[in-house]
Amino acid sequence: MNPVPAFTMPDFWPAAAEIAVLCMACLVLIVDLFLDDRRRWVTYALCQFTLLLAAWLTAFVVPADGQLTFSGTFVSDPLARVLKLFSYAAVAAVFLYSKGYLRERNLFKGEYYLLGLFATLGMMVIISAHSMLTLYLGLELLSLCLYAMVAFSRDDPVAAEAAMKYFVLGAIASGCFLFGVSVIYGLTGSLDIAEIGRAARTLDGLNIHLLFGLSFVLVGVAFKLGAVPFHMWIPDVYQGAPTPVTLFIGSAAKLGSFALLMRVLVEGLGPLQSSWGGMMLVLCILSIGLGNIVAIAQTNLKRMLAYSTISHVGFILMGVLTGTTLGYRAAMYYTLAYVIMALAGFGMILLLSRRGFEADQLDDFRGLNARSPWFAGVMLVVMFSMAGVPPFLGFWAKLAVLGAAVDAGLTWLAVLGVLFSVIGAFYYLRVVKLMYFDEPADSGALTAAPDLRFALSFNGVLILLLGIWPQGLIAVCNQVLNF
Amino acid sequence: MDMPILSIVIWLPIAGGLLLLAVGERAAMGRWLALGVSIAALLASIPLYAGFDSSTAAMQFVERTPWIATYNVDYYLGVDGISMPLILLTTFITVLVVISAWTVIQHRSSQYFASFLILEGLMNGVFASLDAMLFYVFWEAMLIPMFIIIGVWGGPRRVYATLKFFLYTFLGSVLMLVALVYMYLQAGSYEIAAFQDMGLGMREQTLIFFAFLVAFAVKVPMWPVHTWLPDAHVEAPTGGSVILAAIMLKMGGYGFLRFSLPVTPDASMSYDWLIIGLSLIAVVYIGFVALVQTDMKKLIAYSSIAHMGFVTLGLFLAYAIQVRTGALGGAVMGLEGGMVQMISHGLVSGAMFLCVGVLYDRMHSREIADYGGVANTMPWFAAFMVLFALANAGLPGTSGFVGEFLVILASFNASPWYAFLAGTTLVLGAAYTLWMVKRVLYGEVANDNVAALTDLNGREFLVLGILALAVLLLGLWPAPLLEVMGPTIQHLLEQMVQSKL
Repeated sequence: MNPVPAFTMPDFWPAAAEIAVLCMACLVLIVDLFLDDRRRWVTYALCQFTLLLAAWLTAFVVPADGQLTFSGTFVSDPLARVLKLFSYAAVAAVFLYSKGYLRERNLFKGEYYLLGLFATLGMMVIISAHSMLTLYLGLELLSLCLYAMVAFSRDDPVAAEAAMKYFVLGAIASGCFLFGVSVIYGLTGSLDIAEIGRAARTLDGLNIHLLFGLSFVLVGVAFKLGAVPFHMWIPDVYQGAPTPVTLFIGSAAKLGSFALLMRVLVEGLGPLQSSWGGMMLVLCILSIGLGNIVAIAQTNLKRMLAYSTISHVGFILMGVLTGTTLGYRAAMYYTLAYVIMALAGFGMILLLSRRGFEADQLDDFRGLNARSPWFAGVMLVVMFSMAGVPPFLGFWAKLAVLGAAVDAGLTWLAVLGVLFSVIGAFYYLRVVKLMYFDEPADSGALTAAPDLRFALSFNGVLILLLGIWPQGLIAVCNQVLNF
Repeated sequence: MDMPILSIVIWLPIAGGLLLLAVGERAAMGRWLALGVSIAALLASIPLYAGFDSSTAAMQFVERTPWIATYNVDYYLGVDGISMPLILLTTFITVLVVISAWTVIQHRSSQYFASFLILEGLMNGVFASLDAMLFYVFWEAMLIPMFIIIGVWGGPRRVYATLKFFLYTFLGSVLMLVALVYMYLQAGSYEIAAFQDMGLGMREQTLIFFAFLVAFAVKVPMWPVHTWLPDAHVEAPTGGSVILAAIMLKMGGYGFLRFSLPVTPDASMSYDWLIIGLSLIAVVYIGFVALVQTDMKKLIAYSSIAHMGFVTLGLFLAYAIQVRTGALGGAVMGLEGGMVQMISHGLVSGAMFLCVGVLYDRMHSREIADYGGVANTMPWFAAFMVLFALANAGLPGTSGFVGEFLVILASFNASPWYAFLAGTTLVLGAAYTLWMVKRVLYGEVANDNVAALTDLNGREFLVLGILALAVLLLGLWPAPLLEVMGPTIQHLLEQMVQSKL
């Protein structure tokens, strides 16, 4: 008779940041109950404090040497550390940018911030996942919070419709992902990501069952990323959701999607790169093409940025599909760069919005240079950066990805990518045209709060500075993805 | 430790431009600041000429520090006999542009001057970069201020013109970017000299050659990708037209000299017929097109295309000469002619656009038909305009003559037919320029508006006078320029006939 294995206490330190966020979220939930609307800022301050605490824990306390815990389902490696730190910064910026907008619409409730914190927790779990089950857990936590956040503006029928679409399509995607995982589990007998990687290496690369499972997993991931042809939810959700939520989905949540991509496809199913590389190639070309072309036809800035996201996702995939370290690094660099740019882009919409007025139409940016030369300059930087014009951050991101593609012998793909980005330049230029060449319809001064102005200015300057000194961020990505 | 002159020439105007933006719309202060910065940049660039060692083809005033270690990109600056004159041209023309816009631009004048200063720094960066990625960053960044200049201060169809300008140029350059990335992965560095020294197979060379060709041909512009230029010129404010014609077009020619010829010599050799053909089409066909224009700016824009055709012709003649005569006699003349033509065209076309600007400020029309007999009311202006028109037509004694003459001489060595077709420009150039001058300046006073014209004010006189001196100086005494570029051209010629296969 076998002895009953003794229960050993798992090491909690690698998950210290997650635990802290969870505890703080519960605490805020209770505190928020006892606050009246005038003192709602306490909730906001507590949430920001939570992020700060988590950042401190992640940076200085949590070990980042690839230590596994919770029976090997949770990992704390350098990739996790960097992605988490970026998530905190992005979420903190999202919270800050959203404050004024929510307050003016009587939406300044604890729920937005709490759901945001839980979504952050979901992202952190994805980022640190070392088992398909952990991954799924994080994914669902993130998605459920986002569904609720989209529907958060209760009386808005457009938001409700967007939330419904998002929920249904998101549920299908999760189902696909889970089904794929179950097939892979059936073949490899494990949910552990490293274990799956080992098993996939020993199995024949053309094992039809494995490819079957892989396809479903890839579809699930592509849904979450919003790659064509699984992009249908993106434009509607971006446009329909309240702008602060769009900001969250469009920037911070992208880090979660990228982590999903890295953990499942690169670390888990990496040996099958020759198979998923081809599938991803199709997604990449379709995303870059459709995203850039359809964006031209948009008159709503949020919707335009939604299509622009799709094209940027195409570029991220271009880095990943090469299957080389260079490519993974480039994809990560692109993701981080995109998050910084998207924060500033959606932040500008929030800046221009005021009580009873949504600045989400392209025409709302008309003549911004006459109203505020500084913020017109910030938006100019964001637009040229997204278009990939040097010396801004977006250019180096594109360059890294193109370099990876050429290095992998896919020069034709790089050429295709740059040609589509010329098409893409047109709609970014149109925003610049509206701001600089046209006269404003309303010439009122901007009314945004000073902290928003400062943070957004910093965000814009950061895009320029990281463009003039790109080495730092590139080096971070290189250090983290070092295999 | 030497002064980092090139860095000063690049960053001083950019810093000045940013300062100007920070100062905001205080017209008087803004323009004095702009003038001060542009003159300081001009003064800073003079040591480049004074301290230039014209006995060597090596890069001078070199500055080098690592910039992006991961991609092996250096902040690597230096000039040789090709780029140094172009930097001087840039700093010189910018001062004139600032003066010429002194009171003309009322609307957001600080932003206007700031755009030109930033543009100046970026253009100097293009000419001074010895690292291909640094070059590309300046090359692309330059589009942003120009996009703004045409779009904000341009004419009625400015939005169309500026978008067309941006997208055309952007399309050309992104293909070059892929070529640069490809070569980086082969050579392990973005250093231009490394690209020039690396071996490349014929297939690679051909693809890279065409990627470069698209980028530079759009910029020059060569027929048939020239269509953005007339639109951009017509809609741009005077200063924008001057900078476009005088300096931006030169970047195409500079690109051929710095990249196409030395990096892909074998492909350049096998496709020289293409460049020569397109150049001759530009010279002859565009010359005829210029003849029928009714808009003065458009006419000068087309004449620019025809003149730039001479530049590209001169650059690629060496191969045809080598094939026909088996030697390189006259090839140097072609290259030198192309270079002199670039500098000269910078001065002459800039001056022509400034002349049109003088008229436009008074009459708000660029139509030739609205004028007539201007010489009666503006004699000083007429004297200058006739001088520049003659230089544009290539009159001996002006700078326009030297470049054209050298190129035509060189083309005789390649084929008399080339010389014959190139020579038609002497007839066509004279025809379209002088015919325009006749219709605008001479004859009876056409209408009351012309009768009410006032002659040049002191500021305009100063600008046109300086340019007239420069045009005559370069025409009568081109030796210093030829001497400066001599060894570099010789070195380039060796590179471009040295097979890399």
